[in-house]
Amino acid sequence: MTTAATPSAVSSPPATQRGVPHTGGPENPSAAAARARFPEAVRRTSVVWGETTLVVAVDRALDVIRWLRDDPEQQYSYLSDVTAVEYRDPEEPITVVWHLRSLVHRRFLRVKAELPRGAPLEVDSVWPLYKAADWLERECFDMFGIRFRGHPDLRRILMWEQYAEGHPLRKDFPLRGRFSRAEQLRQALAANPEARYSMEELSIADATEDLPESMRQRLRSGERTGE
Amino acid sequence: MGVTTRAHLPTRVAYQPQSQEGWIATKLDFLVNWGRANSLWPMPFGTACCAIEFMATAASHFDLARFGMERMSFSPRQADVLICAGRVPFKLAPVIRQIWQQMPQPKWCISMGACASSGGMFDNYAVVQGIDTIIPVDVYVPGCPPRPEGLLYGIRLLQEKVMRERLSDTRALRTEISPDPSSRLYIPPPTIDELSEPFGNSVNQTRSGL
Repeated sequence: MTTAATPSAVSSPPATQRGVPHTGGPENPSAAAARARFPEAVRRTSVVWGETTLVVAVDRALDVIRWLRDDPEQQYSYLSDVTAVEYRDPEEPITVVWHLRSLVHRRFLRVKAELPRGAPLEVDSVWPLYKAADWLERECFDMFGIRFRGHPDLRRILMWEQYAEGHPLRKDFPLRGRFSRAEQLRQALAANPEARYSMEELSIADATEDLPESMRQRLRSGERTGE
Repeated sequence: MGVTTRAHLPTRVAYQPQSQEGWIATKLDFLVNWGRANSLWPMPFGTACCAIEFMATAASHFDLARFGMERMSFSPRQADVLICAGRVPFKLAPVIRQIWQQMPQPKWCISMGACASSGGMFDNYAVVQGIDTIIPVDVYVPGCPPRPEGLLYGIRLLQEKVMRERLSDTRALRTEISPDPSSRLYIPPPTIDELSEPFGNSVNQTRSGL
């Protein structure tokens, strides 16, 4: 079996790196390419434990990520994670983090965008580029309250949809929540466990015609998303 | 008959084949309880690491089948014991209550492990502080997670509890309990929260500075 034609960027077989310095060390070549391509958008880059971080402007993050995905020299075809960080220091901005991986070039790149304090927490969704961002961005919205513009279905995913206490991973969120235990339990028990699943979530809508009539009745009548 | 006996419990059924041709005399309570206690069908509700220990308990080395529990009931409608193994987040609270309500009478509940019994180390916004705030619990098994021996001991305690039940005891009628605001014993949840300041109790824990 012949190997598929791949770019010649992969030169050596994968091996565990040893003696990786804490900061510094060889930078991911994509960072320099991004600096050259988007000189005004790339704020700074850093290398920590051999992993390169690219900090970009919030309004250009989608452009940079699209270029990273589509440029034949980069081909970051795999989105590992979308998450966010809030620091103890109230002056520090909340940071949205994308973890990108280039399977072809065997590279890992961390892209960050800092959301300025005081402005609404909004950033463009990368869902048009990576369908994997769907649930990741929903989780990020649920935990931090960051709105992803262009997300097709931005609602809570971990907490239930009527959850009224806020966004739990924010630093101003009390560890035990805002309500008393009794109130939390009362609200949780008031939820209808059958109302957690929507037609679109089950992706059963496409197959509606193939379902037995009884199940179609059931889906049509009662089971709502609970929004 | 291999019936577990303790001094305070009904004694073993004496049966002498020479003199008793095809009949025995016993108490109905004993017979019913004996049948129930030795054929408890568990409904495993495993949400966390306790479920691993529960699986070990059910596997061949510890062999839950010795106590008549070889049949795991993955439908609550054919189950006698709800074994809640692991932490229960608030999002699961209505689910576990619905499962409990779907189980037919008579039914019992074992709360396995620290998290199911009290919330354990997860004293945070997401985790129910003990499933006894949602459903009645018969036996609490401490541990994080409990060893299989611990769970087996809890099951033996539950069997003992089942053996003590009396059909004539109306208190043993297992009605579904829901809070009755007209009762003089009813305390509204906000009042419980107020009363429990500043120390808190197992259900309503006092807010810390965070």
